[in-house]
Amino acid sequence: MTGTGVGPELIRLIGVDAGYNHQAVLHDVNIHVHEDQFTGIVGPSGSGKTTLLRLLLGIIRPMSGSIDQIEDLRTAYVPQLETVNWDFPITVLECVLMAGQPANGRRFTLPWGNAREKASAMEVLARLNIAQLADRQIRQLSGGQQQRMFLARALYRQPQLLLLDEPTSGVDVSTRHDVLHLLADLHEDGVAIVLTTHDLNGMAAHLPHLICVNHRVIADGTPEDVIRPEVLEKTYGARMEVLEHLGMRVVVDDGGERVDRASQVEA
Amino acid sequence: MEAILEPLGYTFFVKGLLVAGLSGALLGFIGVYIVLRGMSYIGHGLSHSIFGGFAAVQLFATQFYILGAGLWGIASALAINAVSKRSRLGADAAIGVITTASFALGVALFARFGSSGPSFENALFGSILGISVEQIVGLVAVSLLAVIFVFVRYRALLFTTFDPDVANVSGVRVGRVEAQLMIILSLSILATLTVIGVTLVAAMLVIPAVVARMLTDSFSRMLAWSTAVGTVSGLVGMYVSYYAEVPSGTMIVLVGTAIFLVVFAFAGSARRRKSAGLDAHVEPVPSSAAAR
Repeated sequence: MTGTGVGPELIRLIGVDAGYNHQAVLHDVNIHVHEDQFTGIVGPSGSGKTTLLRLLLGIIRPMSGSIDQIEDLRTAYVPQLETVNWDFPITVLECVLMAGQPANGRRFTLPWGNAREKASAMEVLARLNIAQLADRQIRQLSGGQQQRMFLARALYRQPQLLLLDEPTSGVDVSTRHDVLHLLADLHEDGVAIVLTTHDLNGMAAHLPHLICVNHRVIADGTPEDVIRPEVLEKTYGARMEVLEHLGMRVVVDDGGERVDRASQVEA
Repeated sequence: MEAILEPLGYTFFVKGLLVAGLSGALLGFIGVYIVLRGMSYIGHGLSHSIFGGFAAVQLFATQFYILGAGLWGIASALAINAVSKRSRLGADAAIGVITTASFALGVALFARFGSSGPSFENALFGSILGISVEQIVGLVAVSLLAVIFVFVRYRALLFTTFDPDVANVSGVRVGRVEAQLMIILSLSILATLTVIGVTLVAAMLVIPAVVARMLTDSFSRMLAWSTAVGTVSGLVGMYVSYYAEVPSGTMIVLVGTAIFLVVFAFAGSARRRKSAGLDAHVEPVPSSAAAR
């Protein structure tokens, strides 16, 4: 799998500081996102992963530095499942159609969607194996199906760059595998992907390119370059051991003593 | 049948019936967006704010008090939108400060200088039977405007209501759509204020939408149901008000409440009651646990 980013650039961040209420969360960020990139942003809670994603999305502006992107970049975003109002009265098909026309469509859209739009939306749903759920309310889906629905909404826009915030947060192992394979397929089809994740073993280690963040970019490269004890300690502020398993890096928390054993020692 | 036809012999009743049905439909229609945005309190706040506008504007230009009150309401709505977005205050706090101050100003001005426009009671509770042709034309115009606005901006409105962050990065001008919705809301409140009154407008913005939410899981169907419930509340409320000889605004709201209770008791499943936010035990369901 390629994905470390050698194709044409889509977005370039140079010397960017960014944050909220005049307080910088990220300092001096230099990142290039290429059209063949498949990148995971990792780091501890509060390290600025989501802020970096919001910068790439254009939701927040840099406090200093510059962001350049190609003209008419088609970006799509998949939010964290935890942030979604699942009680909202909307069906899967309505959710996909709300994203508007596919990129080459007309600007004005009928409220209910015309035959061509519905066919196009159903095609995307079928590609993600959830076409049979088109008329279901969104709460009536499993975690994996919910993730697929948001991917369908994103793909309906025919994006060049797909950004995902913690796509495997709160989902089970099987769903995580599904999501990972789905994203790999999309990447093979030519969609650049950048995602945040806190899951080093289940997600990050499987990706071709990683960026470690802790208020600044600590490391940037392949898992072999990045998943190393010294880099992880700098990123997470804790000792971690790195093992090799079937050619992949596996991270073991060095402070992982059993609580009952630790309390016996103290007693 | 006689009970239905007999009041139709009076012009004032026919006019009232038309206006009550249209007001219920308009508030039910717009109310869907307000309820789903968690802004139910804004209807309450803006109706009070517009009341302040009535009182203030008639001091300077009696003949333009409707226009002035409308502009006052729009300014309040946009101010709430701006304050809640650009500061750490939430929308509820911004609504609380801006609209109660406006209402208090209105009461103070009425008390100090009196009224040369609508009476205090009419502004507070509405006067559907004394409605003028100009007011009917205004209500029809605002209703048409609301329908056209929702038709043209349907997906952008839905997107910004469901998921404003993603809408923003998907090319929807969220700020503009929200400002437009606030203007339509202010005009809707203004147009219906003289019909069912300040204190009851807020209820009719919320009740039909909540009933509709219990009846369907689809957004488009919720819009249709909410409009229908608002219309029926207006029409039936007028008849009940005629026979019970009580103010029409109160009966319109009470009919809406009765529909709510019936739906809540019989048609709304436990899941839909939860969905409408009516169950005290509602807890966020983790996405992974949402499988059925």
